[in-house]
Amino acid sequence: MTKTIQFRVEDGVAILSIDVPGQSMNIITPEVMDELEALVDRVLEDEAIEGAVITSARDSFMAGADLKMLSQLSAMAKSHRPGEIFQQAVRLNRLFRKLETGGKPVKELQKTKTKPFVAAVRGQALGGGFELPLACHFRVAADDGSVKFGTPEVMVGLLPGAGGTQRLPRIVGIQAALQYLTTGKTLSAQEAKSFGIVTELAPPDEIVERAKALVKANKRAIQPWDVKGFKYPGGGGAMHPNAVRTFMAANAMAREKTYGLYPAVQYILSCVYEGSIVPFDRALEIESKYFTRLLVEGQAANMIRTLFVNKQAAEKGARRPKGIEPMPTKRLGMLGAGLMGAGIAHVAAAAGIEVVLIDRDQASAERGKAHSEKLVEKAVKRRKMTKEEGETLLARIKPSADYADLAGCDLIIEAVFEDRALKAEVTKRALAVTGEDIIFGSNTSTLPITELAAADPKPENFIGIHFFSPVEKMPLVEIIVGKKTGDRAIAKALDFARQIRKTPIVVNDSRGFYTSRSFGTYVMEGYAMVAEGINPALIENAGRMIGMPVGPLAVGDEVAIDLSYKILKQTKKDLGDAYEPSPADKVVELFVEKLERFGRKNGKGMYVYPEDGSKKYLWPGIAEHFPPAAEQPDVEEVKKRLLYRQIVECVRCYAEGVLVTVEDGDVGAIFGWGFAPWTGGPFSHVDFIGAKTFIAEADRLAEIYGERFRVPDQLREMAQRGETYYKTPETQASAA
Amino acid sequence: MADAFIYDAVRTPRGKGRADGSLHEITPIQLATQVLEAVRDRNELDTSAVDDVIFGCVTPVGEEGACIPRVAAINAGFAETVAGVQINRFCASGLEACNMAAGQVMAGQADLMIGGGVEHMSRVPMGSDGGAWATDPAVAIPTYFVPQGISADLIATKYGYSRDDLDAYAVESQKRAKRAWDEGRFQRSIVPVKDVIGEIVLDHDEHMRPETDMQSLGALKPSFAEIGTNFGFDSVAIQKYPEVERINHVHHAGNSSGIVDGASAVLIGNAEMGKRLGLTPRARVRAYASIGSEPTIMLTGPSFAAEKALRRAGMAVGDIDLWELNEAFAAVVLRFMDVLGVDHAKINVNGGAIAMGHPLGATGAMILGTVLDELERTGQGTALVSLCIGAGMGTATIIERV
Repeated sequence: MTKTIQFRVEDGVAILSIDVPGQSMNIITPEVMDELEALVDRVLEDEAIEGAVITSARDSFMAGADLKMLSQLSAMAKSHRPGEIFQQAVRLNRLFRKLETGGKPVKELQKTKTKPFVAAVRGQALGGGFELPLACHFRVAADDGSVKFGTPEVMVGLLPGAGGTQRLPRIVGIQAALQYLTTGKTLSAQEAKSFGIVTELAPPDEIVERAKALVKANKRAIQPWDVKGFKYPGGGGAMHPNAVRTFMAANAMAREKTYGLYPAVQYILSCVYEGSIVPFDRALEIESKYFTRLLVEGQAANMIRTLFVNKQAAEKGARRPKGIEPMPTKRLGMLGAGLMGAGIAHVAAAAGIEVVLIDRDQASAERGKAHSEKLVEKAVKRRKMTKEEGETLLARIKPSADYADLAGCDLIIEAVFEDRALKAEVTKRALAVTGEDIIFGSNTSTLPITELAAADPKPENFIGIHFFSPVEKMPLVEIIVGKKTGDRAIAKALDFARQIRKTPIVVNDSRGFYTSRSFGTYVMEGYAMVAEGINPALIENAGRMIGMPVGPLAVGDEVAIDLSYKILKQTKKDLGDAYEPSPADKVVELFVEKLERFGRKNGKGMYVYPEDGSKKYLWPGIAEHFPPAAEQPDVEEVKKRLLYRQIVECVRCYAEGVLVTVEDGDVGAIFGWGFAPWTGGPFSHVDFIGAKTFIAEADRLAEIYGERFRVPDQLREMAQRGETYYKTPETQASAA
Repeated sequence: MADAFIYDAVRTPRGKGRADGSLHEITPIQLATQVLEAVRDRNELDTSAVDDVIFGCVTPVGEEGACIPRVAAINAGFAETVAGVQINRFCASGLEACNMAAGQVMAGQADLMIGGGVEHMSRVPMGSDGGAWATDPAVAIPTYFVPQGISADLIATKYGYSRDDLDAYAVESQKRAKRAWDEGRFQRSIVPVKDVIGEIVLDHDEHMRPETDMQSLGALKPSFAEIGTNFGFDSVAIQKYPEVERINHVHHAGNSSGIVDGASAVLIGNAEMGKRLGLTPRARVRAYASIGSEPTIMLTGPSFAAEKALRRAGMAVGDIDLWELNEAFAAVVLRFMDVLGVDHAKINVNGGAIAMGHPLGATGAMILGTVLDELERTGQGTALVSLCIGAGMGTATIIERV
């Protein structure tokens, strides 16, 4: 009896229906592999069986390999030789190969061929769930719009290791295949049909019957790439002149996009390149070798943990207080219809929540709703939304200047100007309508939640719900717990985040909370280097070269230098003598007080923003105010400063209790301010390079550049005990 | 150690490297054969005295494949005892061939050699031989491969050469080439190319545009902006040179070397063999050197190669009367002049590849002959020849008249 694949034979056709118990989606576990192998053997051996259909008993075909299994394999690499890891990694390739060849050598296959396997797919068929159908001789896909084919492995630092890098290029050609393999972009059934990936489209309830018919109609099958004289679509493999051009460009674009930080992209290209020159069986082994290399190098395990496992756990409520009933938001009172307020209103309405969008006058409130109208218009134009869906969404947003309209709301969020008095005033006005029991969220990014909560007669209901701009695009919500914030407020905020499909982290109150505080160090370290006369281009390139989306000076211009200035002044005032001056301070002060270069908002900052819309460039005047140092640092040192400064602030947040879990720290860093995703987050990175190494390097930087690089004692003690931030292998890779 | 003397140097005129170029109908083996025949006939050479023919060829596939110099020697009716070997040091192959030939003579392992090269770019296009550097992801990505045009633009960006600087240099190259042809300065070396019925199909460098001025060059579009921005190569160059904010694309067809067809041959031997055959030595090879340097900027190698050759010769920059540096891209020459402090009046005095073209494997031996002719014409003594090379190499040769 098989547990993960239901097996039956109908009219001489075996039906393998995948149904992996205990998983929300079918995934390839070791058990699935064992059972699939046994069933493939049975199909091949049983003379009464003509061929097989592989399908899913679920709505979706299969979501890929078990990431937990892969993380364990990666962990195994610490104590095993690469050759031993390879023997595990190559298993799926050999199994799929047996499925498509019947276990025969290619020469024999020419003459006798083998029994046909046909995949019948609906829903998602991703990763290994796409590679299995590719190994089948024919593919039938549901035509109901549910089908999504794709190879998302690259997004967690892996490569399609079950033949995807070999079969896809042999079906669609090298150039087309690279687009999907290196980005994880998905294909609809219709797109897959036009590429020749899908043999037939059928209504979802007919896919199995059609697949059976294909078995009946093709008693003996052979894959095109096993037929003697096979040629790649568009040419003859990597040595064909067209492919030479394709690879030249693909190689350069891979470095352009990844800065060499994501080896998976290179290895995917290498699999396709090298695999196209050798026989198919050898090509599969090459793929498994590169896959092994990724597991051995270990970066993928960090990415899987944060980008996938812990992100999902956060979304499922890892930090939600226990024992509180679900508190879905039905009607949101949104105070402030500026960019942030309008964005929050939009995502809430998109999640089916009624929104009252309040601003000081009706026109301002209407302008906030206009933001949604624009977004809806765009979505409809791009066919991401029907016109009716768009209208329904917009109907949920009621712009108003009248606080009385807040009646019936079950959550209030304020996103008014960052002014304590104003925030206190709107809080009181809103509570006067809704009553004091409502949960009240503040979208402040700078003001302490505990202080703002003073305006709420029930501060246990008051919580920080910090969104990022632009709200509709940025995935993170930082939930800030004030001194008196209660569990119900946390639960409500987390439930709201789940409704609007954002990834939440929960942190304690502190200046700049977790994300703004840590992110700010990136920008300020950039300014400190400007003050030292380091070539601004070098600073900016170094920022991108550590995997940040943009350089520190560019992002400083985006958030506005005068905002940094305000925060700086406030911090100095609040901290008094305890304030640690940074060389960055004088840069910020000069740019705001004397030069009035505030950033993109007034068209001039560290960059010049030409009025004709042409590309921004670094302001040449920087050199006049901060003459270039005669000796410029090596880029590696600049990179290190930009990376380490951020990490030191993150680990301080953990040591100070601003962060409660390192999982929140890693998820928040990557999804909040785009912290180098290849690391898996700042805490994963410290674990990865070793706390002792990290501390030694941070101390070296502190000696040269200042105390801002000094790590907290908590980390030193941890290192002394030989501990890591992620405690056990289990938390290193919990269930996928 | 024996001295290596140059007894003769010949080259074909350079044909436009396109289907409508005058040499397009002539096969590569014919170009190679005709320069060998010329060396033999001009010197009434007993070819059995020749030990080996070393030819540079950068794209040794198809018609240029299978050891073209040996087959050319057979085809030219040379004694069957004459060996042949094809080498590839990219753009300096022709000069490297001469250096190797000289080296054999100096080492006492050969008495008479022919160095040279052939490249028929209109029939065997650049890049036809593939290669790992650009295409193999496991090589291209870790080693920051960019095409040479991007490297040239990177040099201009990093060292601050403006489009006007480069264009002014290109205008001067055209002017000098025209004057050289008008005054017959290349006559001694040129071997007109003949077709299958024995008629001359080309007797001059046909790539030249003597009417070129700043205005006409100003109308040309940068050649490498598109691959730089659309295919990611600018970013690759910047990741290797992060002090650069963005690449200024300043090279174009008018200030870069032209794609042309051609061949060259240089007769090199020791004193005894020259005497025995009644040949007059024209120059002595003082020293030569090849180097490797950073491969992404790729084309700054010549100054390092020149310095190394000067050191080997015990000479200083001031000891060189004439300089010849292949004009692969204008920025390459400007950078070389700045690094070594070479006066424009002393370098590429008869123009170069911007005006006359750069048949990759043949150029090195061509410009060796060109500078020798010029030394003799002007009565000067020493010259240094160099070329920038793919993958960051550089080759240089110092000769002195005897």
